[in-house]
Amino acid sequence: MAQRTSGAGVPSGPAPLSGVPVPAMASAGRRDAPEAPDFGILKRLARDQLIYLLEQLPGKKDLFIEADLMSPLDRIANVSILKQHEVDKLYKVETRPPPSSCDQFCFLVRPRIRTMRYIADIVNADKMSGRSRKYKIIFSPQKFYACEMVLEEEGVFGDVTCDEWSFYLLPLDEDIISMELPEFFRDYFLEGDHRWINSIARALQLLNSLYGPFGRAYGIGRCAKMSFELWRDLEGESEGDGQGRKPEIGNVFLMDRDTDYVTALCSQVVYEGLVDDTFRIKCGSVDFGPDVTSSDKSIKVLLNAQDKVFSQIRNEHFSSVFGFLSQKSRNLQAQYDRRRGMDIKQMKNFVSQELKGLKQEHRLLSLHIGACESIMKKKTKQDFQEMIKAEHSLLEGFDIRESTSFIEEHIDRQVSPIESLRLMCLLSITENGLVPKDYRSLKTQYLQSYGPEHLLTFHNLKRIGLLTEQAAGETLTAVESRVSKLVTDRAAGKITDAFNSLARKSNFRAISKKLGLIPRLDGEYDLKLPRDMAYVFSGAYVPLSCKIIEQVLERRGWQGLEEVVRLLNGHEFSVSDSAAEDSAEAQRVVLAVFLGGCTFSEIAALRFLGKERGCKFIFLTTAITNSARVMEAMTEARA
Amino acid sequence: MSRVRADEEEYWHSSKFRAFTFDDEDDELSQLKESKQAVNSLRDIVDDDDDDLERVSWSGEPVGSISWSIKETASSSTSSLEGRDSILQKGSSSYAAFPKQVSSYSLSSLFKGRNKLPSFQSLSDALSDTGVKNYAPDLRRPKAEYKDYINDWSPKDTVRRMQRGKVCSLERFRSLQDKLVLLDEAVAGHDGNVITAVLIFLKRTLRREILFRELEVRQVALCHLIHFLKETGEQKLLLDLLRFLDRTEEVALSQYREHLNIQDVEKRREFLKGCIGLPFSAEDTSHIQDHYTLLERQIIIETNDRHLETSGESEMFRKYPRKASILNMPLVTTLFYSCFYHYTEAEGTFSSPINLKKTFKIPDKQYVLTALAARAKLRAWNDVDALFTTKNWLGYTKKKAPIGFHRVVEILQRNNAPVQVLQEYVRLVEDVETRLSLATKYKCHDVVIETYKDLKDRIQLTAYKCKVERGSAEEEKINSILNNMQIRWKN
Repeated sequence: MAQRTSGAGVPSGPAPLSGVPVPAMASAGRRDAPEAPDFGILKRLARDQLIYLLEQLPGKKDLFIEADLMSPLDRIANVSILKQHEVDKLYKVETRPPPSSCDQFCFLVRPRIRTMRYIADIVNADKMSGRSRKYKIIFSPQKFYACEMVLEEEGVFGDVTCDEWSFYLLPLDEDIISMELPEFFRDYFLEGDHRWINSIARALQLLNSLYGPFGRAYGIGRCAKMSFELWRDLEGESEGDGQGRKPEIGNVFLMDRDTDYVTALCSQVVYEGLVDDTFRIKCGSVDFGPDVTSSDKSIKVLLNAQDKVFSQIRNEHFSSVFGFLSQKSRNLQAQYDRRRGMDIKQMKNFVSQELKGLKQEHRLLSLHIGACESIMKKKTKQDFQEMIKAEHSLLEGFDIRESTSFIEEHIDRQVSPIESLRLMCLLSITENGLVPKDYRSLKTQYLQSYGPEHLLTFHNLKRIGLLTEQAAGETLTAVESRVSKLVTDRAAGKITDAFNSLARKSNFRAISKKLGLIPRLDGEYDLKLPRDMAYVFSGAYVPLSCKIIEQVLERRGWQGLEEVVRLLNGHEFSVSDSAAEDSAEAQRVVLAVFLGGCTFSEIAALRFLGKERGCKFIFLTTAITNSARVMEAMTEARA
Repeated sequence: MSRVRADEEEYWHSSKFRAFTFDDEDDELSQLKESKQAVNSLRDIVDDDDDDLERVSWSGEPVGSISWSIKETASSSTSSLEGRDSILQKGSSSYAAFPKQVSSYSLSSLFKGRNKLPSFQSLSDALSDTGVKNYAPDLRRPKAEYKDYINDWSPKDTVRRMQRGKVCSLERFRSLQDKLVLLDEAVAGHDGNVITAVLIFLKRTLRREILFRELEVRQVALCHLIHFLKETGEQKLLLDLLRFLDRTEEVALSQYREHLNIQDVEKRREFLKGCIGLPFSAEDTSHIQDHYTLLERQIIIETNDRHLETSGESEMFRKYPRKASILNMPLVTTLFYSCFYHYTEAEGTFSSPINLKKTFKIPDKQYVLTALAARAKLRAWNDVDALFTTKNWLGYTKKKAPIGFHRVVEILQRNNAPVQVLQEYVRLVEDVETRLSLATKYKCHDVVIETYKDLKDRIQLTAYKCKVERGSAEEEKINSILNNMQIRWKN
């Protein structure tokens, strides 16, 4: 399918990136996008450092691993590597450890208070029973002072040694690097905690030193700006690094998730997005259950460019996936059929050379066909069609009443707490808040359907600005101005997170108009031959985040986008480092950094844009996200 | 006092974090690391016999003090000067001795080692705890002189060092002014980890009212403290802070949140009762009241029904054993439960659906949807019928629903309602297109036939003949309609 888009030569959208001379859009003249740099080195670095750290505790040891570090760890190491470095037994943090005779405990954890307490409990229990052991905590990606404080308070400081495993970057695929920090979203956007900014700056520093220097940096959002500043600050000290090496990534674009919540909240319809929404892709792999494998067991499948079937359908609109799969199956059948009429020698060749590949392809095909079936089944049951229709109405801003009552019924029928919440948020952001009457009634019904404790969830959503009540403007500005008078933070005049979220309006409708996010429909939108990034949402909506990136890259800055920036609440920047001489190749490689998560739809859209413009997007995200993850991060769970 | 100090020292100093290199063969670097470690271990010896009050960790960069003193002059407030004077009297440090006009950068750059290593080294650099190669050992001063410098990190440099994971004592920031400058620097440095570290220090060394007062005008720092208190579970302090800030709604929510941790239902109910008086918004107060009432009801229902179930007296419970307890379930689930097990009960009982509807002002729509789902599940089609039947003042009956009839059909269908039941509701679907598609999908032949007849669509009706069984009543009906000369077909 790659060849289809690149061969089509549809000169869609405005002029190509200036400064990047793309040849005339003749069908054959399209310049191929550069290859992505090799990120394998990141894995090796992380693995080597982990081994080094394990060796710091020589001898047999039990290893306790934080649950959410297990999948990332799996991607860079395996049990035998751990065993080679004298790891005896593996435990999951949070489970009570069985009595172990091991003299050394090693904890591989995220810097979290509750994990510190868990470790302290183990150490203290040992102390009580007169057991002496060595304890080592390895924090990933970094240690927090607050964690040390807890260790001190619990009286185990000094009994444990601490180390840091600077595992900032996990390459999930050829073009996706994840920090695997889903908690960043809630920590920063809801709680206003800047604790991960250092990690982000260090991640940028590492990438810059390996693949940079980045000649140009763009960004929008407060966190983007702060991360950029801190990175530059760190970078300032290591001047001279990376000089004389050929840069591979010439541009970096940082974006805060709150610049565009709408896209993150939409139902995904490109294959990879749908798989994520339906089965949850975790750390680049997915568990296909019995309904997909049509057997009694689940299969864990790595989804990336190496999967020859998946790599061809991942970015496609779901509707074109079936056709592709059936075509592929027919080809496969034909290749198998060649066996007939082969003589012994040919057969031998076939078996030794082709059969394995065919079998592999067969396995993959049947898995993805199974996944498609399962998706179809689930989606038909959930009135997916009706839901998509409601979503599109919200995006376009018509039939709001109808959509509101669709959401209401969704809630009343207890279809799904997360989906109901998502639709309400989508309504709120696109409409700049709910009218008070609707807000009250939907909230009441939600609490009745899904439990009164969600009162806390609503409060969170209000704070973060995802689900608000249209208020009389004056009260808000009064608070706002009072606070800005009081604020003495160094960056003066900055309105604080807490109030910023309250005061912040999404302005979606105006932005959408300004940037033309809703394509005018002249005739049917051919999803098999996409003409713009809107194809990732069935041609109904161009993802805002991607549109901003496109526009800024094209203009090499924010000139001409002043109004959009204003509507997006500012904090934009564009810096070019004249010292860095980037090769033409590097200029066409863009590192898109999503602070607070990036969806597969956005990835697909930018991959499409890259193909159109002959440039390559590399994705760095705090985590892969989707609407359900965003909503779950806001939900107050039952303890 | 000195004991506390010693602990504090240890806390900030004893990071066991060692530098990490990928390439240990590199002599220069590993040598540097070695010497640094050696010096680090020396620190303990040096510090041991030192009883100076404002001790800071060892470092090789003596410039910080200058920029610190520049900061001091810039923000010369009397209080800070007083604070400093007292320090000066006690301790041996003297900032004043340093020239004040020198930028911290210009000097530090003199001491900064140029990085001559190839790019790969830069990586290990990025991963190790130091971004700069300070050729520190060479800069070491004799002990007496050293003592003068060790305390002198400016707030800015202190923050920078902490951002880079280096140990740094905060003990010397004693005056309120110094503490606040430090906090502001931390905020300006964008690193939340450092902001929290400074806040932990401030929280320990300042009376809470003063801390609160200062945080009120430092919103970023305030967010960090609130988050920190939430994470460490210092609920009391958190509530005090929120009260101080007049964030009464958050006080209420934060307290209400605690109910999630109470497992025992009776205790939870009691706790919720206490929550009713909390300063929620008027709207939320009624939600809290409802939460309490709901749990109270559930406890009553649960006690009753568990008895009924175990005694085996009730046929309902024998036939349909309960899968889970109703405790702590949402209202709609409770309503479903009561429509399932207690549908016919009089309004007076707590478990009757009507009682629930009245008590919680459940909207018609929600009530009908829930009751429908429950009765359909039991295949109590008469109840379903009654749910939608209304009589007008003339005594005619009519089917009415607060939800679309297509929704009714869907729910019935999901519960495997027979065609006779289903088609009655398919017939009531207002939109012709939807009606036709539903009727076709669920094989409600009569409805399809009648709809085509109403549409005067002979072609479709003829075509439909092949969908019904040969010789069936439906086929006969189609034929008789097609033969009816009275109808003016549109095609």
